[in-house]
Amino acid sequence: MELVFEKSVKGRRGLRIAKSDVPTCVNLDQSLLRGKDAELPELSELDVVRHFTELSRRNFGVDTNFYPLGSCTMKYNPKVCERIATYPGFAHLHPLLPQLRSGGMLTQGALEVLYEMDVILCEICGMDAFTMQPMAGAHGELTGIMMMAAYHQDRGNTKTKILVPDSAHGTNPASAAIAGYTVRSVPSDENGLMSFEALKEMLDDEVAGIMLTCPNTLGLFNPHVREICDLIHSVDGLAYYDGANLNAITGKVRPGDLGFDIVHVNLHKTFATPHGGGGPGSGPVGVVERLARYLPISTVVKREDGTFALDYHKPKSIGYIAPFYGNFGIVLRAYVYILMLGHEGLERVAENAVLNANYIKEKLKPYYDIEHGQLCKHECVFSATRQAQNGVHAIDIAKGLLDRGFHPPTMYFPTIVKEALMIEPTECESKETIDLFIDAMIELARTAEKAPETIKASPTTTAVGRLDETKASRQLNIASL
Amino acid sequence: MMIDADARYLKSHEWIKEQKDDVFSVGLSVYALEQLGDIVYMELPEVGKEFKKEEPFGVVESVKSAADMYMPISGKIIAVNVDAPDNPDMLSKDAYGDGWLIKIEAADLAELDALMDAAAYGKFLETEG
Repeated sequence: MELVFEKSVKGRRGLRIAKSDVPTCVNLDQSLLRGKDAELPELSELDVVRHFTELSRRNFGVDTNFYPLGSCTMKYNPKVCERIATYPGFAHLHPLLPQLRSGGMLTQGALEVLYEMDVILCEICGMDAFTMQPMAGAHGELTGIMMMAAYHQDRGNTKTKILVPDSAHGTNPASAAIAGYTVRSVPSDENGLMSFEALKEMLDDEVAGIMLTCPNTLGLFNPHVREICDLIHSVDGLAYYDGANLNAITGKVRPGDLGFDIVHVNLHKTFATPHGGGGPGSGPVGVVERLARYLPISTVVKREDGTFALDYHKPKSIGYIAPFYGNFGIVLRAYVYILMLGHEGLERVAENAVLNANYIKEKLKPYYDIEHGQLCKHECVFSATRQAQNGVHAIDIAKGLLDRGFHPPTMYFPTIVKEALMIEPTECESKETIDLFIDAMIELARTAEKAPETIKASPTTTAVGRLDETKASRQLNIASL
Repeated sequence: MMIDADARYLKSHEWIKEQKDDVFSVGLSVYALEQLGDIVYMELPEVGKEFKKEEPFGVVESVKSAADMYMPISGKIIAVNVDAPDNPDMLSKDAYGDGWLIKIEAADLAELDALMDAAAYGKFLETEG
């Protein structure tokens, strides 16, 4: 496809601007003026509309296709949430308004949304207070670990280590390291769960806390989770719940009831706000009462007269972690989503997400290897080792799916599974769509045996063919764009 | 050569081999390189740095994943294969020779005993694969 610059035709116009009939009042120095006209594309309005419509048709998203990207919870984003977020009363607010004299009275609706989201997320997660500020999951992790550090500092604890299971998302060790802790990786046991025995051996007074994704990246719920939290508490450590996979348990289990002290929630996953290129994200963090004093400033409080205000009086706060109140528009969309579904709806979300994942797991079991084939939660992890014997690797299966109209699953993650293909269907998809995906996966498994070279040639139906990822990484050259 | 008979191994697939007088070279096994796939980036330590055994001494990144590389035994870095990050092909061609990543001065030779020898590593790979 040609660039808009390449489509340019000398002298063509999209609109005509009237000649200026007022005198120029600023005489700029000659050195500041252009020597020649800017090189802008010259096109008619129709040329431009066709160009960008064509580009938009090349978009691949949940609105166009099934997107089973494991651990990313690529849900459909209900349009009603988008619509409410564009209401002028929300969309046109200036973030400084509530900080101006009497500005608070002009922003009561927005402050109420933030306040109620705090209450709602506390209810869902079993926490006592939330901040809406973090702008992504990993930002939430860092916020949580900084509060963990503040807690230990306050108590005079000298802790140096954070424990993270080897199946964790890479952001967990990264967040802990950025916060200044040493990361210790806890191995998994033969069931694909964090080894309780190894944890006991690694536990000592230096441990500041543990970061746990539950269910984990294999889609498995750790039945020892309460004992794990108790064990961490026995050395005055804190238990951090990574909410990346909260979709599997919403309305069913509350991390707070399991013993967790800090929780982050990915609104762009569990609560259906735009994700990936459509972002931005939002990663609110909740804490139990004894950690609430460390929350970032500001928080929204409800006054006795029922009005809402920002509270900046938090002397023990870890400070600012984001400008203003986080991605308000995203918090608002999630708020609408949660109110729309209610408790029963959120429970059904978890039930259907788990049902869909298990349906795929059972249907594909005869065709792909699966190391941990027990009942899973919201996602299942297959291995393409059988196909790899014919030279068809996980990445080839992924490219083959592109030709069949599906977004590939997450590949080569978690790293504890070889040739991993991590599939998360979410609750949004119909049985018909899931069946089509299953058929495509089965067909790929058969082709991998009979004609592996055809899969190695994929994708052939996409805008660009197979990209040379190695070259792109080794010889990074973005200047030529 | 999948496994070098003269080297000792960690479960995380680093090998270590004596060069001369308590000086050891360390690299990644052929199995590790195969699992990683095309390497796109490598971070190696500075000469003079000291690490305890099983501490991460560097990072390797491939199109598939990123991983820490661990010290087989405690010691001081006395040489770094500076060409390695830019020539990943060299690693796969001669993993146990020109493909060395760091040379270290061992702090405690007794630590070698805890590592797998070639035979044990071969068995370990069978269970892995």
